[in-house]
Amino acid sequence: MTIGIEHYVTVSSILFVLGVLGIFLNRKNVIIILMAIELILLAVNINMVAFSSFLGDLTGQVFAMFVLTVAAGEAAVGLAILVIYFRDRGTIAVEDVNQMKG
Amino acid sequence: MITALAFYLFAALTVIAGAMTVTARNPVHSVLWLITAFFNAAGLMVLVGAEFIAMLVVIVYVGAVAVLFLFVVMMLNVDFAEMRAGFVKNFPLGLLLAAVLLGELLLGLGAWSAGGIQLGTADGSAAIPVDVSNTKAIGLLLYSKYLFLFEAAGILLLVALVGAIVLTHRKRPGVRSQNVAQQNARRPDEATVNVSPEVGQGVKL
Repeated sequence: MTIGIEHYVTVSSILFVLGVLGIFLNRKNVIIILMAIELILLAVNINMVAFSSFLGDLTGQVFAMFVLTVAAGEAAVGLAILVIYFRDRGTIAVEDVNQMKG
Repeated sequence: MITALAFYLFAALTVIAGAMTVTARNPVHSVLWLITAFFNAAGLMVLVGAEFIAMLVVIVYVGAVAVLFLFVVMMLNVDFAEMRAGFVKNFPLGLLLAAVLLGELLLGLGAWSAGGIQLGTADGSAAIPVDVSNTKAIGLLLYSKYLFLFEAAGILLLVALVGAIVLTHRKRPGVRSQNVAQQNARRPDEATVNVSPEVGQGVKL
């Protein structure tokens, strides 16, 4: 039994869909939504690395690194925004975030 | 055989951990499941021979991102029970959407297995070298063909770093911190005074 590209694509598809589902299920909790976004980016990374390996081309792994960079920056800035929002309002409910006033 | 076994182990654990991340009651448990998912995804990447990216996932995701999440979850004093109020209400719609999305993705995969879609072929400009380790091969590609992209990624991280610090930094009132510029700008004539007190009287400071 050999493991082909389709196995990896299936796993990353399921992980991607789980991330999207997480955004829908936890509509109120920004922290879980950010974690779901991390899951989605992880699924993309698995996909890129798998295709890179099965096509014999290193570009996918290089771009997985850039996705990793974006994920790290996004988590840092997102959580920083979350912290100042909580400091200001005392809550992190997404539904209250409907105006971009200072 | 052992590869297939390892693949199914890592794949099953990744999917289970991902599902637990989005459904766990306690956000701290969510973060811990997320870490499990990251570790097993790194295992999957090792299986296809991308050990550098796998170690990068462990270091960056588990070591930095997940710990950052853990800090924030534990630092913010949020009533998480109230946060889950819409969970049951959103469940059917979310599940429906997820099922449709997964169906579409797997449809594409099925079309490929049936021969309806052809995968692209690599042009060989970034072919995996045979006698070079994965880390060295990525380095050779990253520092030549993708050098400017690499620099841009560095600038992106710098901007994220500065942005996060600027956003969360605040000046607290009532805290007496050292002001080096003010100390250096101090001159003797404004720091000392000459007084000539009367005999028998003290100095008023």
